[in-house]
Amino acid sequence: MAEAIRVIVAKVGLDGHDRGVKIVARTLRDAGMDVIYTGLHRTPEEVVEAAVQEDVDVLGVSILSGAHMTVFPRLLKLLAERDAEDVIVVGGGVMPEGDVAQLKALGVKEVLLQDTPPEAIVATIRRLVAERGPK
Amino acid sequence: MQGGLPSLELVERVCSGERRAVARMLSRAEAGGEEAREALDLLYRRAGRAHVVGMTGVPGSGKSTLVAKLIAAALAAGRRIGVVAIDPSSPFSGGAILGDRIRMGEVSGHPAVFVRSMASRGALGGLAPGTLEAVDVLDAAGYDMVFVETVGVGQDEVDVVRAAHTTVVVSAPGLGDDIQAIKAGILEIADVHVVSKGDKPEADRTVTDLKAMLGLALPAAGLKRPVPVIKTSSARGEGIGELLAAIDAHRDHLVASGEYQGRRQAIRERRTLKAAEQILHEEFERHRQGRMADLVAELAAGTLSPQTAARRLVARIGTEIVP
Ligand SMILES: Nc1nc2c(ncn2[C@@H]2O[C@H](COP(=O)(O)OP(=O)(O)OP(=O)(O)O)[C@@H](O)[C@H]2O)c(=O)[nH]1
Ligand SMILES: [Mg+2]
Repeated sequence: MAEAIRVIVAKVGLDGHDRGVKIVARTLRDAGMDVIYTGLHRTPEEVVEAAVQEDVDVLGVSILSGAHMTVFPRLLKLLAERDAEDVIVVGGGVMPEGDVAQLKALGVKEVLLQDTPPEAIVATIRRLVAERGPK
Repeated sequence: MQGGLPSLELVERVCSGERRAVARMLSRAEAGGEEAREALDLLYRRAGRAHVVGMTGVPGSGKSTLVAKLIAAALAAGRRIGVVAIDPSSPFSGGAILGDRIRMGEVSGHPAVFVRSMASRGALGGLAPGTLEAVDVLDAAGYDMVFVETVGVGQDEVDVVRAAHTTVVVSAPGLGDDIQAIKAGILEIADVHVVSKGDKPEADRTVTDLKAMLGLALPAAGLKRPVPVIKTSSARGEGIGELLAAIDAHRDHLVASGEYQGRRQAIRERRTLKAAEQILHEEFERHRQGRMADLVAELAAGTLSPQTAARRLVARIGTEIVP
């Protein structure tokens, strides 16, 4: 049986709604992936712990509140502490170009801004998982 | 964690409860490949201490929320708890949205808790391929109570009895035809009945109806032990301690009456049969097309009957299996 790509989509912090992540979750499911959804208002610690337990290929975190420059470095640090630096971190939401470059330099593998078409989201995740190699 | 580690190298790390190793081994159990078989066999032999509790009931009946509450209560008693929570795969894409964790947010991060979501992959009966091996992994990793939350199907979910020592059937008030939705098959597999969402006004009616149905159905099924019906409200935190006590009491009853060994043996035998069916099914799928091609000419000529063709199609299936 071919293993389905496992993805967690998470919302961290005080962002109010989850319409966006739910749409992304459905897009990924319709592309044949297993998508774990953890609900709203999670802390970085909770999200990383869930990613560890679920042994996901990809951790996708959407942030609309502007807190991305604190949240993503924190997620990467926690993953490294948990022997889970192999989890592919993908960012989503809204942020300036300069921040995108900075986050990528820190280890966020890709940032998919709010208007990324569904096919591009699916293609990016498949590519990143293929590049990583066997789990 | 390094990618592509051989499963055998994970075994000791799983048994010492290392979370990354447990998580990776669960992925291997779910994938079910030949590479992991020996490691899973070793873990199976190291397992056998956990009390495995099945949680089943119609979609939205409150299973995940209840598991979260039970975890909190069991943690207070110093236990280590594992969960395998199954949600349905999409029949169209094969993908799945696994949402049971949403309800377990607070407790799932506790160091003595491990929650794993699984997609059903089209399996009927409420479990997913690899669920039982996943339970073995958590058991071997030292989780002394393992909950298995089935897909909410509501009827004929007898598969959970292949996994669970104690089966809890969750019914909620105000879900369609209520109690009518609970088919006889599922009434009988329950060791404990729960009426969830007890904060709703219709809950008492559901309890009464359920007890009436049990009074009729269970003597007919030859059941000796009265099955408790417990009203809970996860919203208000009511009945949770009582439910945990009923689950424990059922295990104690199994042990004291000597039924525990019998039940565990029945689980082993059912697992074996189901696994054998699975292997035969895979072998059949593997050979089907090729063998069919050999038969089409004779079928077209009318010289071969479908019955005899079918016998030729399945002859020697399984002969290539290496034990
Ligand atoms: N009023 C009330 N609502 C509840 C209670 N427990 C759960 N719910 C609600 O019932 C809905 C379903 O709860 P879940 O725990 O996800 O139910 P489930 O059986 O796990 O659902 P599936 O896994 O999708 O089959 C949610 O909206 C919960 O908030 C309760 O005790 N009282
Ligand atoms: Mg659920």
